[in-house]
Amino acid sequence: MGIIIFEIALTFYFAATIVGLIEIFRESKGLSRLLLILTACGFALHTLNIIIRYSVAGHLPITGMHQATSFFAWFIVVIFLLLEYRYKIGIVGAFILPIVFVLMLSSSTFPREIIPLSPVLQSYWFSIHTVLAFAGNAAFAIASGVGIMYLLQENYLKSKRLGGLFQRLPNLQVLDEINYRLITIGFPLLTLAIITGVLWAESAWGSYWRWDPKEVWSLITWIIYALVLHLRVAKGWRGKKAAILSIIGFLSVLFTFFGVNLLLKSLHSFS
Amino acid sequence: MSILVLGLNHKTANVDIRERLAFNGQKLEEGISGLKNLPVIDEIAILSTCNRVEIYVSAKDSENSMETIKDFLSRFHSINRDKFEKTLYSFSDTDAIRHIFRVAASLDSMIIGEPQILGQLKDTFDFALNKKTTGVILNRLMKKAISTAKRVRTETRIAENAVSISFAAVELAKKIFKELSGKSFMLLGAGEMAELAARHLVNNGVKDVRVANRTYDRGCELAKDFNGRAIRFEDLLQELVSTDIVICSTGASDYVLSKQQMQRIMKERRHKPVFLIDISVPRNIDPDINELDNVYLYNIDDIQEVVDTNLLERKKEAEKAEKIVEGEVEKFIKWMSSLNSVPIIISIRQKAEAVKEEELEKFRHKFPNLDKEKLEAVEHLASAITNKLIHSPSVALRENSEDKELLMIAVKKLYGINGEDDEE
Repeated sequence: MGIIIFEIALTFYFAATIVGLIEIFRESKGLSRLLLILTACGFALHTLNIIIRYSVAGHLPITGMHQATSFFAWFIVVIFLLLEYRYKIGIVGAFILPIVFVLMLSSSTFPREIIPLSPVLQSYWFSIHTVLAFAGNAAFAIASGVGIMYLLQENYLKSKRLGGLFQRLPNLQVLDEINYRLITIGFPLLTLAIITGVLWAESAWGSYWRWDPKEVWSLITWIIYALVLHLRVAKGWRGKKAAILSIIGFLSVLFTFFGVNLLLKSLHSFS
Repeated sequence: MSILVLGLNHKTANVDIRERLAFNGQKLEEGISGLKNLPVIDEIAILSTCNRVEIYVSAKDSENSMETIKDFLSRFHSINRDKFEKTLYSFSDTDAIRHIFRVAASLDSMIIGEPQILGQLKDTFDFALNKKTTGVILNRLMKKAISTAKRVRTETRIAENAVSISFAAVELAKKIFKELSGKSFMLLGAGEMAELAARHLVNNGVKDVRVANRTYDRGCELAKDFNGRAIRFEDLLQELVSTDIVICSTGASDYVLSKQQMQRIMKERRHKPVFLIDISVPRNIDPDINELDNVYLYNIDDIQEVVDTNLLERKKEAEKAEKIVEGEVEKFIKWMSSLNSVPIIISIRQKAEAVKEEELEKFRHKFPNLDKEKLEAVEHLASAITNKLIHSPSVALRENSEDKELLMIAVKKLYGINGEDDEE
């Protein structure tokens, strides 16, 4: 049952992604709305799928790559919907849904059995730490999508070739503002995730910091975003530079998430 | 019953003739009632703008009406017919409907997609409604013209992009800044185009206005105009630190702003975005400044290119608009033909005649020996009764009233006429 729901949610996201791509390449009114409706449908089923898994597992369903990736995508959709509700930009979905779809698709390729949570990790820290981490990373994901939009729009304005998406992309100031806001949301969440992780590590494994690859890469990600914020506040690094940094930051997030789990041996590995 | 358009516009007539034939103020009132009083004209509306004068008419005899209106124009504006006749265009029926729809949708405008014409057409319509010079046909025509124009506006991008230098500057500013109301603006130098662009920016909410001019007094004058303040040329660089939008048009033969200076300014303003519009020739702002992050420098050619691209874009959108117009014209013609009550009137007559003949036949059968004179009297009586009975329904059906369609349905039902003339 849960699997079928997951597949249907994936299909909705796929449809939304296709609509988004059409929206990028050819102009047609009403596509943003369609994308939003499809995403909302996918999101409803996706939520249901997570609830079912939660009740089956008895804890947050994020053990195993399948579930963790799906949970990550779910958080991105949450923030996307909130963003759309607040700013009503429309075209932004075309840049976010592909990220969601790719995450969901990769999620669907991982084995789906529910992996029991190892006894060491069974603690209230588990939910707090992971939810903070996922929410923060989801904010960074959207920040990078908005960063890409900023770079596109900036390029149109600089090169003075005002075709393509120029008319439909919002103004630079709004894009920069959203990008900044998302990072100011994501950064404290990531910071708290790391702090709770450190505290939890002490109680579960007996030491605060073990230079586990995941820990190291989280720290690298944290430093990148700390730098983004510092440069903005201290040096006025905004606009293009901030957008590029936010994209680099998200690449680091992705590596922390996938690279560490799949390439390096880590205590954090989901499988 | 046909719809006619008689008019002239910027393409067919020069401003001399347009002026002579315009219906301004009092003239409109006199002209419209003068035309309405002509017996050949049923309904009338007049559109008179600086680019066109058009007369919309619903009349029974189109050829005759055209001539009468031309005579009227000649008389009313005291101008010889041969002076303006060749500048006139005239359309009837489908072409007339299409023309009015195209005018409303701004497809016939000097600048395709410009929005004023729709408002002017609405005024035309309101004025005619007020003066009661229009009826069922023109009322519907005007309403449909307006709704068609609105459809064109929402379904195509015909009016979306700026097609003048000053509007293009505002449009670009809106793609850089979130809202213009909190932004500061500097007019550097003076000049007609620069001032026009400045005016548009102020109209779009820019409040903090500075004017820098080589001659301080001239600067003060301009500053008063824009509700801003004049600054001294020596303070230019310092003022630029807190300026978001600059329109530059000085007569200087060299750059008044170099890349190094701008670099320093950007650092001082902590890289907050700046939009520089340099419309001076020769250019007054070092073009290399555009390479700096968060600085957007447009010269006159750049903006002209934006305008040209937008015009091209509008032409493309106009093709979509023509399709919408064509669809609406078809619908309107369908409606017009549904108003054609002649077949129904004929059916009623035929039905009545048939009943009369049938009853007369029975009568003749009953009294075969009746003399000719009496028989004729009875036939006469029968004709008189049928004619009188169908007279008022026929009159009612011929009239164009608001509820004509309903009336026709009712009549069909009441007289048991099949809808074989219907299109469906």
